[in-house]
Amino acid sequence: MELFDILGPIMIGPSSSHTAGAARIGKISRILLGEKPVEAKVHLHGSFAETGIGHGTNLAIIGGLLGMNPDDLRIPFAFEEAEKEGLRFCFDTVELRDVHPNTAVLELTGEKGGHLTIQACSIGGGAIEVTALDGYEVSFTGNYNTLVIRNQDEFGTLAGVTTILSQFHINVGNMSLHRNKRGGDALMIIETDQHIKPSQVAFLGELPGIRAITYYDKEDEEYGFTLHR
Amino acid sequence: MDLRSIAEILEESRSTGLPFWEVILHYDMDERQVSREESMAKMLITWQAMQDAADAYTGTRRSVSGLVGGDGMRMRQYQLRGKSLCGGYVGDVMAEALSMAESNACMRRIVAAPTAGACGVLPAVLLPLTRYAELTQRQILEAFYVASGVGVVIARNAGISGAAGGCQAEIGTASAMAAAALVQLRGGTDQMIAHAVAIALANLMGLVCDPVAGLVEIPCVKRNVIGAMNAVSAADMALAGIESKIPVDEVIEAMGEVGRHMPVEYRETAQGGLANTPTGRAVKEKLLGSNSSAK
Repeated sequence: MELFDILGPIMIGPSSSHTAGAARIGKISRILLGEKPVEAKVHLHGSFAETGIGHGTNLAIIGGLLGMNPDDLRIPFAFEEAEKEGLRFCFDTVELRDVHPNTAVLELTGEKGGHLTIQACSIGGGAIEVTALDGYEVSFTGNYNTLVIRNQDEFGTLAGVTTILSQFHINVGNMSLHRNKRGGDALMIIETDQHIKPSQVAFLGELPGIRAITYYDKEDEEYGFTLHR
Repeated sequence: MDLRSIAEILEESRSTGLPFWEVILHYDMDERQVSREESMAKMLITWQAMQDAADAYTGTRRSVSGLVGGDGMRMRQYQLRGKSLCGGYVGDVMAEALSMAESNACMRRIVAAPTAGACGVLPAVLLPLTRYAELTQRQILEAFYVASGVGVVIARNAGISGAAGGCQAEIGTASAMAAAALVQLRGGTDQMIAHAVAIALANLMGLVCDPVAGLVEIPCVKRNVIGAMNAVSAADMALAGIESKIPVDEVIEAMGEVGRHMPVEYRETAQGGLANTPTGRAVKEKLLGSNSSAK
């Protein structure tokens, strides 16, 4: 446990889980979409649905989608900012099964036409967990640098990625593989201890079998991007 | 050195000759793999953010629900009229606790300490003290290390979330951190820091988390005042040489036990206590109505 988990975070109130965590969910969703979002359908579950408006959860999620960090003074005015930035959004409530009480599902469309459906929950103290991406069940927290790779489910793709990472002297902390059917589309989540440079992400994107690659950098949350083949 | 207990910090301090605060500083340097300067720079940013948060308060903003806002300014004006029973430093502590906790409820920028709901306690005792005593920035940072180290020990052994341990875990922990910081700033011994923490926690033990409509507003804002006042009295008792007969680590264990046995209605679920009064329920109904219309 870090000292600054106790004395911190510096954040917009009123709640680390319902406001700061919600902003982080919006922000990581924007980065994983890989482009500026122009449309967002947000579904709130559980405590987010019941007490979200009173906690500014809706403002924080939209603020995050606009690129704001949890301490951004514009969060209370996120709806006005969304209008300026051309982000259309709507909220409703959903009842999901077997999920954390503070869960949100975001359906996003980007300015270049990309789509992303992401489910994430706020697990306390401003920490979050992404629990589903485009229908794949996943689990990562944004506490590490994270590569999200869409690939063809075929032999050698994973070996190619990890070989290149080792040549870049990048250590894999955690990883998981997800596919809906054999030989079809698949998803790799790779959490790394070191930062990955844009040129290195681009190099990975050139490997055979890779369809798209998104990178989330834990230190500089502004710096994340997507490459599509 | 892993901050498992207050006794461990005292022992480390004794064996290395480092003061209490510096033991905590070393913990941060190890934990985050940073230099002494980097650690202190981050602590300074935290202190500055707290001061900025206090400066930003105007008393004009209201919470999203409309239930909270303006009481910090009301308290300040009352204090300025010279009518306050407490007066002086303690009167300012009350005004600052209200102001900071309201700022949190009204979506201003605050520093969670240890949680957002309890963010008013530590700044409430520190900010006014800078006006009543000559304090260097260095002394304040040392007090922050002491406070956050105490917070880590409590979080490890008892928990700091209202959902897990009730309000005692949030306001109680904030109060213990603030008491420790005050003893440090007043030149108390390591033993006095330990006694202040024990007294502060013991005196708020059992406090339930019963937020009206589940929001960080009622009674959270005013509970920041009792957390701060309790910190001042615990620090003064410890500095006077009064001891907690129950050792601090046992008090922390006891708080954890009380939290675990607390019925779920009193752990941030908004189903018991003030949240379950007729007025509390009416507030919730009204807000839920406006929630569904806002869909």
